[in-house]
Amino acid sequence: MSDQQFEPKIVGFLCNWCSYRAADLAGTARIPYAQNVRIIRVMCSGRVDPTFVLMALSQGADGVLIAGCHPGECHYIEQNYKAMRRYELLMHALRPFGIEPERVRLVWASAAEGQQLAEAIDKMVADIRKLGPLKWQDNWNENGERLEALEAIAKEHQEAMEVCSHGH
Amino acid sequence: MATEKGKLAIYWAASCGGCEISLLAINEKILEVDKAFDIVMWPCAADGKVHDIEKMADKSIDVCLFNGGIRTSEQEYMARLLRAKSKVLVAFGSCAGEGCIPGLGNVSNREEMFELNYLKCPGLDNPKGVVPQTETEVPEGKLHLPLFYDTLKTLDQTVEVDYFLPGCPPEADRIWDAIVAILEGKLPPAHSVIGENSTVCDSCKRVRSEKKIKSFKRTWQIIPDPEQCLLEQGLLCCGPATRAGCGALCPEVNSPCIGCYGPTDGVHDFGARLMSAVASVIDSQDPDEIRRIIEEGIPDPIGTFYRFSLAKSLLRRSRQNGHHATPATQEATL
Repeated sequence: MSDQQFEPKIVGFLCNWCSYRAADLAGTARIPYAQNVRIIRVMCSGRVDPTFVLMALSQGADGVLIAGCHPGECHYIEQNYKAMRRYELLMHALRPFGIEPERVRLVWASAAEGQQLAEAIDKMVADIRKLGPLKWQDNWNENGERLEALEAIAKEHQEAMEVCSHGH
Repeated sequence: MATEKGKLAIYWAASCGGCEISLLAINEKILEVDKAFDIVMWPCAADGKVHDIEKMADKSIDVCLFNGGIRTSEQEYMARLLRAKSKVLVAFGSCAGEGCIPGLGNVSNREEMFELNYLKCPGLDNPKGVVPQTETEVPEGKLHLPLFYDTLKTLDQTVEVDYFLPGCPPEADRIWDAIVAILEGKLPPAHSVIGENSTVCDSCKRVRSEKKIKSFKRTWQIIPDPEQCLLEQGLLCCGPATRAGCGALCPEVNSPCIGCYGPTDGVHDFGARLMSAVASVIDSQDPDEIRRIIEEGIPDPIGTFYRFSLAKSLLRRSRQNGHHATPATQEATL
């Protein structure tokens, strides 16, 4: 049965100073949580360019987690506020693309909050499991008629040329 | 310069024709182009038939300036044909490079567009509900129309492109620069943009003071100060993310940059780049207030951040209707 279950692929950008340490703490404290997040350590949540999120979603991720220090506690003073503003802008832009808000999450987790981070990850995985796979690049597929249509044009032109050369 | 004339092709696909006008806006210099090249195809301005191109040997056209995105099978056929026959293929203008305005159709698909344009659009007179078909039987035989794609693709998503000339349309001076570069063989590395690699902000004369804003304004809501940065006055100006080359013409006349020159080198997604820049000017640290500022001030995020670049963006299009992934079995998670 577990073979059948959809396992979401989630890319997680965790800040070096708080959230990555929270994940570390969850590990050393042996707090179990879903294994679906591929964690990438960044120096600060403010380093997370919306490009990273779009790149992940367009290349097969089912969701993206951004985690950083609590507001007011950023190692770089206020860069997590920048992350907050970018996140809100990105979420506003993702809506008309048809990407559900549950797929992209911003959470705050201090170095002491291994438990909270683990719970946030479990919640996210459960939410995305309900939504199903994103499979973004499937949106780019033209239906099967495309190659046939191209061949039809080539054939038609070929026939027209034959008619032309017979005419002369 | 070579003693023998080169061969030049100019073609258009899903575009408006503005690129052709811009090309003619090099004025009398077009005679220099004529001196250097035989124009083998230019549907807008000169003769030249598809079957003549088909008969040519591969790589026998020296330069092809291709404007327009790829929306139909016929356009894809022509892109492939001209790629095969041309030594140098230039994606000319924003449509070929990034999809541009025709690429905004990627928020929809063929079914929706046909329904709106042929069946639902007010003022239509189509009592039989005729919608374009790829094949139609008539007494004389079968008629064919090209297949209309769900998703507009850029030229380089279709065939290999040697150079890009950005802009909607490219400025005549930049076109001339590119033509000179081609004639003199002083082209940048393959697959690169022929143009400057700074931003519109760098060529804009307005004063920036790192002022932050509490609300975005639409252009009709304020009369902007002529000296101060437009973004700092609340107008969503795309200058920080947009490649220079236009001479900052729009901000010069109190109108915010809308991003027609596309991103600078190395940027994967114009909209993401712009979002990063815009996030920096919002003066709030409260998520609810930030959300309010954004939702009230940016009613059309795709049209704002991806006006010219949706087809080239990382996501390329909105989610297709009916594509919704089948939900996984839920009992396993309970």
